[in-house]
Amino acid sequence: MISIKNLHASVEGTEILKGINLEVKPGEVHAVMGPNGSGKSTLANILAGREEYEVTEGSVSFLGNDLLEMAPEDRAREGLFLAFQYPVEIPGVSNANFLKTALNAIREHRGEDAMDAMEFLKLVKDRLQLVEMDQKFLQRSVNVSFSGGEKKRNEIFQMAVLEPKLGILDETDSGLDIDALKIVANGVNKLRSPERSFIVVTHYQRLLDYIVPDFVHVLAKGKIIKSGGAELAHYLEENGYDELLNANGKAAA
Amino acid sequence: MNQEKNKNLALCDAFIRDFQSFETQLNGQSTTQFHKERIKAISTFAELGFPTTRDEKWKYTNISSFLKKEFSLAASSKVDKSQIEPFLFDGMQKSRLVFVNGIFSAELSSLDENNGVVAKSLEAAHKENKEVVEKYLAQHLIFSDQPFAALNTAFARDGAFIFVPRNTIAAQPLHLLFISSSDSVPFHSHPRNLIVLAESSELQLVESRHFVGDQEQIYFNNFAAEIIVGANAKLDLVRIQDESKSAFQFSSLQAKVDRDAHFSFTGVDLGGSISRNDTNIEFTGENAGAQLLGFYYANGTQLLDNHTFIDHAVPHCNSDELFKGFMDDQSHGVFNGAVLVRPDAQKTNAFQQNQAILISKDATVDAKPELEIFADDVLCSHGATIGEIQEEHLFYLRSRGIGEEMARAMLHIAFANDIFERIKIESVREKLEDEIIKRFSE
Repeated sequence: MISIKNLHASVEGTEILKGINLEVKPGEVHAVMGPNGSGKSTLANILAGREEYEVTEGSVSFLGNDLLEMAPEDRAREGLFLAFQYPVEIPGVSNANFLKTALNAIREHRGEDAMDAMEFLKLVKDRLQLVEMDQKFLQRSVNVSFSGGEKKRNEIFQMAVLEPKLGILDETDSGLDIDALKIVANGVNKLRSPERSFIVVTHYQRLLDYIVPDFVHVLAKGKIIKSGGAELAHYLEENGYDELLNANGKAAA
Repeated sequence: MNQEKNKNLALCDAFIRDFQSFETQLNGQSTTQFHKERIKAISTFAELGFPTTRDEKWKYTNISSFLKKEFSLAASSKVDKSQIEPFLFDGMQKSRLVFVNGIFSAELSSLDENNGVVAKSLEAAHKENKEVVEKYLAQHLIFSDQPFAALNTAFARDGAFIFVPRNTIAAQPLHLLFISSSDSVPFHSHPRNLIVLAESSELQLVESRHFVGDQEQIYFNNFAAEIIVGANAKLDLVRIQDESKSAFQFSSLQAKVDRDAHFSFTGVDLGGSISRNDTNIEFTGENAGAQLLGFYYANGTQLLDNHTFIDHAVPHCNSDELFKGFMDDQSHGVFNGAVLVRPDAQKTNAFQQNQAILISKDATVDAKPELEIFADDVLCSHGATIGEIQEEHLFYLRSRGIGEEMARAMLHIAFANDIFERIKIESVREKLEDEIIKRFSE
C-alpha cells in the first residue's frame, strides 16, 4: 500500500523527521504513537501533501506511485485520505456541495460517471448513520460552528463517503469525550476491510482499545524507536513514554 | 488647468451649455417649483466643478479619464423587447419600469400587476402626483458640496416614481431596468428616482443597470435617488450595476428611514470604467434599522468606488454594513464607510465590515472606515480585511480530491455567497450566482 523509506523532513530549517521507515500492506492498521513534538503530525501532513514541509531525503511510494511528486488532489484521487487534527471551517461552502464535488472528482479520476443528486443523497444518508450524524449537517457550511466532536465525526463521515484505500487519522481522538470517541472508532472499524489500510496517529493509548491495530510504532524525535504489535500500546499505557525514551537514549549513546 | 478645482474645464462648460438647451425643451415644466432647484443646482455645479483627488471624498478616485471625454445630452435609442430579455427576472415580468438612456419606455414597461403600488415615470408623476412630488423631490438629496448630485438635479427630468400607500404590502417585487445604448455619440444621462413608502407599507424593489451593444461604448450615467421609508415601513432594494466596461457611472442615493422602519440595501457592482456610488442613510426616527450590503467584482482597469454614510441622528437605531469584493488584473477598489453617531443617538448599534480579495497582485484596494461617535452608550464596530484566499481552506478542499482551480472557484463563490444568500428574491439571487460563476470561469 505505502512504503516510506528513510524520510527526512524539515520546516523552516529545523529537521523534524530524521529517517522514517514504514511499510503498510493492504488491510493493515498501523498506529503511530509518540509524545508531543515527536513528528507524528508532520508525518501525516507530509503524506497528505502539505507544502510547508520540505522533504530533504528519502522516498514514499503509494500504490507504486512516487507520492512526494503528486499534488494533494492527486493523492486523494489515488485513494489517500487524511482526517485532519484541526479541520478548518469554510464559510459559504456547504458540506453537501463540498463532498459531492470531491466525490465526483475522484470518480472522474477512476473513469467512473459523476454521481447525480439522487444517488449522492442515498449514499450520504447511509454514511451519515455510520457516524450518527443528522442530515442537517449536509446543508451547513463545512465545519462552521461545529463542536470539536462534530468536526472529527465529519472527517470520518467524509472518509466513509470517499472510500479511500489508505486512511490517515491525525490525532482524531484528541479532545474527544468517550461517547464521541466510540462513535469515531466505530465508524473506522466499519470501514476496515482486507483492501483498506489505516495509519492511526495518536497521542493516547485509549483510542487503540477501540481501534485495535495490527502494528504499533513509537515515534520520538523524528524516528521510529520501537515497533511491535497491539501489546506495545498496552506496555506504553502502563510504563509511559519515558522509560522507552530513556532506554533508547542510552542505546543511542 | 486649475489644479485646485476641476472647474472651468471644457467638460464643465459643455454641461452648462447643454443645460441652456435642456431648459428650452422643458415646455411647461420650466415654471414648476422643481425647476428652481434645477437652476440652483446648475449654478452650484458651475461653482463646484468636478472633484480632484485633493478633495477628501475623492482622494483615491481619480476621474481624469472621465474629464477628457465629451458627451451630449441623452436621446432615446431604439431598443426592442428581445434585447432586454436577458435582464428580466422570473416573477417580475408584469411589474417593471424600463428606461432607455434615462428616458421612460412605455413600450418596454409592463405594469399589469401593480399590487396597489403607484409606479410610473417621474415625468408623468410631476403632473399626476404633484403633491407627493413637490413634498419630497429634491428635499433630501443635498448637492451643495456634491457636484454629481448637483448635475443630476440640474438635468433631472425622468426616472422612476414609486409611491406605496399606507398599509400597502406589495405582494410582488417591482423591477426598475435602466438600459443604456450609445450607438453613435457618447451621451450623458441623469435618471432621478423618487421612492416613497408611506407608513406600515412594504416593498421589494430590484433596480438593474445594463447596456445593449458592445463593451467599448462610452456614456455617462449619473443616477440620483431619494428614498423615504415612512414609519414602520419596510423597503428591500437590490441594485445591480453592470454597465459597459467603458462607461462612467455615478450614483447618489439618499435614504431617510423613519421610526420603526427598515431599509435593506444590496448593491452589486460589476461594470463601468469608473463607478462611484455614494449611499447615504439617515435615521429620522427611533428604532429604525438598515442593512447595507455590497458586492463588487472588478477586472481590467476598472475603478469601483463605494462611499457610504450612515447618520445615526436618533437613539435606538441599528445599522449593519457588509461590503465584499474581488479585484482582478489592474483594477482598483475604494471603500469608504462613514458612520456618524450624534450626541442624542444613545443605544445605537452600528457594525461595519469590508472584506476584499485581491485575485491579482496588480490590483489595489483602498479601504477606510470613518466612525465618529458622540454618544457614550453605543455598540459600534468596524473591520477591514484585504487578502487572498486562505491557503488552509484551499489545502482542505484539495486534500479531498478537488482540483486547485475548482477549489479556488468554490472559495470565491463562497466568499460572494455571504452576500448573495441574504438576497431574499430567489430569481435575483440565482441569476447573480450564475453571473458570478460565469465571470470566474471566463
